[in-house]
Amino acid sequence: MRLERRSLLAGLGLAPLAAPAFSQGAPLKIGMITTLSGPGGYIGQDIRDGFQIALDQEQGRLGGQAVQVMIEDDGFRPPQGKAVVERFLRNERIRLFTGVVFSNILGAVAPDVLDADGIYVSPNAGPSNFAGRECHRNYFVVSWQNDSLHESAGELANRLGHRRMFILAPNYQAGRDALAGFRRLFKGEVVQEIYTRLDQTDYAAELAQIRAARPEAVFQFHPGGLGIAFLRQYAQAGLLATIPQVMPAPSMDAGTLAAVGDAAEGVNLSSHWNSDFPNAPSRAFVTAFRAKHNRTPTYYAQQSYDSALAIGAALRQTRGSVDPAAFRTAMLRADFVSTRGNFRFNTNQHPIQDWFSLKVERVNGQLAIVTKDKILENHGDVFAAQCRI
Amino acid sequence: MSALVVEQLLNGLQFGIMLFLLAAGLTLVFGIMGVINLAHGSLFMVGAYAAALVAQASGSWWLGLLAGVAAAAATGMVIEFVVLRRLYARDHLDQVLATFGLILFFNQGITMLFGRQPLMVQLPQGFAGSIEIMPGVPYPTFRLLIIAVGLLVALGLYVLIQRTRIGMLVRAGATHREMVRALGVDIRLLYTVVFGLGALLAGLAGVMAGPVSNVQVGMGEQILILTFVVVVIGGIGSVRGALFGALLVGITQTLLSGFVPGWLRQVMPGSEADALGAALSSMGVYVLMAVVLLVKPKGLFPAHA
Repeated sequence: MRLERRSLLAGLGLAPLAAPAFSQGAPLKIGMITTLSGPGGYIGQDIRDGFQIALDQEQGRLGGQAVQVMIEDDGFRPPQGKAVVERFLRNERIRLFTGVVFSNILGAVAPDVLDADGIYVSPNAGPSNFAGRECHRNYFVVSWQNDSLHESAGELANRLGHRRMFILAPNYQAGRDALAGFRRLFKGEVVQEIYTRLDQTDYAAELAQIRAARPEAVFQFHPGGLGIAFLRQYAQAGLLATIPQVMPAPSMDAGTLAAVGDAAEGVNLSSHWNSDFPNAPSRAFVTAFRAKHNRTPTYYAQQSYDSALAIGAALRQTRGSVDPAAFRTAMLRADFVSTRGNFRFNTNQHPIQDWFSLKVERVNGQLAIVTKDKILENHGDVFAAQCRI
Repeated sequence: MSALVVEQLLNGLQFGIMLFLLAAGLTLVFGIMGVINLAHGSLFMVGAYAAALVAQASGSWWLGLLAGVAAAAATGMVIEFVVLRRLYARDHLDQVLATFGLILFFNQGITMLFGRQPLMVQLPQGFAGSIEIMPGVPYPTFRLLIIAVGLLVALGLYVLIQRTRIGMLVRAGATHREMVRALGVDIRLLYTVVFGLGALLAGLAGVMAGPVSNVQVGMGEQILILTFVVVVIGGIGSVRGALFGALLVGITQTLLSGFVPGWLRQVMPGSEADALGAALSSMGVYVLMAVVLLVKPKGLFPAHA
């Protein structure tokens, strides 16, 4: 990934020095460890590009502090993520980290950062095990706690009147959080739950079981390429017409929609943000992202952009310092205007925010993800009560 | 219930066929040339990308099929000519390193050319729907097409290997390499042809997988491990072994994930049964491999027996 780092640095170097600098001297290094290769690669790409939009808006600065983002690929492998973080800590002396997409990789990366008294700001993964008893003063999640993605989907299923549901997710931390989260708010009956494999490409065996179980609807969490394969095969098996799907945002992002096409029409999902949000910061972000990359940003890009804004707001108050105590005080104020509207940090330093129902519909002949109603307001997570910071 | 069993068997057969298309090429290259080709998954990806892009541009899935197969075969022969030729005399570690390097090269190359966004692939006309194979069990016609294509390939390979002159050389090359060389056969040309054929089959698998799973950078590595399991179970170098090994793995995997959670749920609470079932079904194939190797250490149909 050396190429990408160089192009980022070039971007910084060319930027006009318009904003007033608090600190002279070397820019603050931010370590971004994300998934740029493999089937999750487009997710890491959006996290990288979303973060960069915030830097572009401040001419290479965050909160007035010049920053240098060091980007490395974790290759979708926890050991590789761990190796990168060790190198960043020891050789580059980086104190501030972000970027991880997948919960199983975060499980390898975050403890090393926190043990070294570094700071981690999550733009995506928010696994339950770091939200409760093992919460940490230097660990902030700007996206969501994993479970709340699926709690909102459970609430959406209630509102759609589904009583008997079949639920599926891959067998890893975020998948287990998904099914637990869905069950927490879903009031009907779960007919059957299935854990798929994280490297699965063929879902025919599961689809046959869904058909045999005759549920009213299916809830499935399959992020990235997994979701594309699942949805295609679901439609090809003729299930889309008879058994509707309710899903959380990761199963249907802008990338999935572009690859799946017609098979996605009519699907219901829940999310904390969508690219059609009418508020000004969101519109400005979507416009800037589309102009630069010629594609619709996924919510991964939005979360990363918000993470950069949150870091910027904290750095503005600490005048560029990443001293953990000062940074934490500043960070917890969340003194930035989020693209999603309501945002504040819970006691476990995970978001309290609103959740919305979305639907895939045709807008002027083109399939698009359209925001419908607010389904949860100021929603936190159940693990905050166990967190003692 | 019996309808479900038939449907799951068919699913297993189809998944097995898909594995066979990949494993046939891998086992030929492995058995005849003695090369461990980790980049086989990259050829799978090249086939899928070429097919998807040509189908998008021309609107014809069948043109895409031709393009995918041709692109993979051509890429394979170039790889053989440029890289592998230098590695035949080296040990397996060098080959693994070089072909692993090729994986990185192809993944980064595809990323730079076409980006990381997954590609859209339409189903071919006439194969978009499903037909009722039994009352109440619709089955996607495209999956039936995959099965048909796989069986045709198996038949074609049988004829090619057992009934033609090239096949004779291939068989001889697999068992008596030195003798073939001593008889004055141009073994380098044979190797290029064999590698091109293996790449062609990998590309065909990629083309067929495109509309079912996702066309994306790194798509080949996901399925490569299972393909190696198939090759080892079937016996290295044996196309017949690859066919039976693939069907065994495909059906085992599908039936395990299809039925084990249901059985377990009758004897223990639902969520525990589902978790244990998921663990058992993902282990199952590897347990199968261990058992086969215990009974027949060279695989079911060893080529060098």
